[in-house]
Amino acid sequence: MPPGITIAADAPQLSAANTGFMLICSALVMLMTPGLAFFYGGMVRVKSTLNMLMMSFISLGIVTILWVLYGFSIAFGTDHGSLFGWSSDYVGLSGIGLNELWDGYTIPVYVFAVFQLMFAIITPALISGALADRVKFTAWALFVALWATVVYFPVAHWVWGAGGWAFELGVIDFAGGTAVHINAGAAALGVILVIGKRVGFKKDPMRPHSLPLVMLGAALLWFGWFGFNAGSWLGNDDGVGAMMFLNTQVATAAAMLAWLAYEKIRHGAFTTLGAASGAVAGLVAITPSGGSVSPLGAIAVGAIAGLLCAMAVGLKFKFGYDDSLDVVGVHLVGGVVGSLLVGFFATGGVQSDAKGLFYGGGLDQLGKQAAGVGAVLAYSLIASAILALLVDKTIGMRVSEDEEVGGIDQVQHAETAYDFSGAGGGTAPRTASVPGPPAQDAGKAANEKNKRVDV
Amino acid sequence: MKLITAVVKPHRLDEIKEALQAFGVQGLTVTEASGYGRQRGHTEVYRGAEYTVDLVPKIRIEVLVEDDDAEQLVDVVVKAARTGKIGDGKVWSVPVETAVRVRTGERGPDAL
Repeated sequence: MPPGITIAADAPQLSAANTGFMLICSALVMLMTPGLAFFYGGMVRVKSTLNMLMMSFISLGIVTILWVLYGFSIAFGTDHGSLFGWSSDYVGLSGIGLNELWDGYTIPVYVFAVFQLMFAIITPALISGALADRVKFTAWALFVALWATVVYFPVAHWVWGAGGWAFELGVIDFAGGTAVHINAGAAALGVILVIGKRVGFKKDPMRPHSLPLVMLGAALLWFGWFGFNAGSWLGNDDGVGAMMFLNTQVATAAAMLAWLAYEKIRHGAFTTLGAASGAVAGLVAITPSGGSVSPLGAIAVGAIAGLLCAMAVGLKFKFGYDDSLDVVGVHLVGGVVGSLLVGFFATGGVQSDAKGLFYGGGLDQLGKQAAGVGAVLAYSLIASAILALLVDKTIGMRVSEDEEVGGIDQVQHAETAYDFSGAGGGTAPRTASVPGPPAQDAGKAANEKNKRVDV
Repeated sequence: MKLITAVVKPHRLDEIKEALQAFGVQGLTVTEASGYGRQRGHTEVYRGAEYTVDLVPKIRIEVLVEDDDAEQLVDVVVKAARTGKIGDGKVWSVPVETAVRVRTGERGPDAL
């Protein structure tokens, strides 16, 4: 820009750099959902691997369509009573101009819509880890559609939408600790209280079938999370995004180390699953807080979350609820810890002026954080349980006990994840589905075969 | 004839094969197996939940030999398989009524 020319601060211009940055961040966040699928897929038994992958993957289909139809409008449309949004221009994303900027930012509305879409996709997918092995795929698909509509879209409005009550109150949720992780974790708890335990819970061994897959998934999540967190400032021209990127890395490292240290002391080994789980716990915890804390604060947030989540995952055995893959233990606990720690560690110098208890801000911000956490937790828990009950009473949530024991992949998807069969495979193709010569050529083919035999 | 069967630790396979070849054994069959003896497998920990894995990986080696060689060959296998640590396995021999070489139809010791 030539010297002497300034652009009024209240009229942002489209920034090619920020727009490009945000499109890349959106693509990174998209990668988290298949990453999550692998993270969960490796943790289940062989017989339910594909179902676990599909429960995440289907969210890419269902939520994308709902987002275009009405989701974006509910989450980010004009506020109605601080509870939900609605703008007819956003229905079908049809009334938005290519160059129309998201209010107050330098990126187009379309870019914002795409970025937020990826959050809307992964959040219901997060819930699925608690339901491994036992939920009908149609029931899950219906639940995802209902949950996104009734819970996610409005809660996203509360937390991030202009006019949303939590936003107006001053609850800090940088990238989705409340709207994504507490929301999904509480929902997971609500649904498993309705659907009950897996057959054989606490009796049968339910070891993860592929820890390399878990590691791959965790690594993809970690990678994609940079888009999730650093992109949540919706631009890159004041350093907050970079700060968030750094804090994401720092907290994740600290949480992984804390989880591993706890494991070594408590159980005698540094496990792969512990490293992957600790990393995810750190990512969850820094999500709400990373824009408010210093790098040293991020170490504290990560370490505290890693430790508390490692302790929390054992609670399901104590309390007897079957949160198959510890969605409550990692996402709910991690999200609550990260959100509340904003009230302690916020420095007041980065994302918002609000200071935490340790930086002379008193209890004010902690109180706001607690209000946000409590309200989202309670709403999501209760609404999700009601939705699960609704699906259960209509089309039924669970597969039969026989099908569950035999393996959900086969009955729900007509596939199995791996071919372990020796001695020739043990399977024969069904003629109807095998490509071969057309029927009218069959005689000709037979003749040619005879000819070759004659020679 | 005797059938000598050894269920041993997988990493001893090469030593056992070499010992058998040095002894003059012409052929053998190796199968992957799993099982446990008095040590009862091991424990694995996943997010704090402990699992006892009873069945540990083993290999099963089978060799057909003439009666006179059997005792000595058992010793050869035992010596080659031994690490001195728990879980080294078992070796045993049983009488065999008939053996036939499929290609030629030879029977008895000629089939070995």
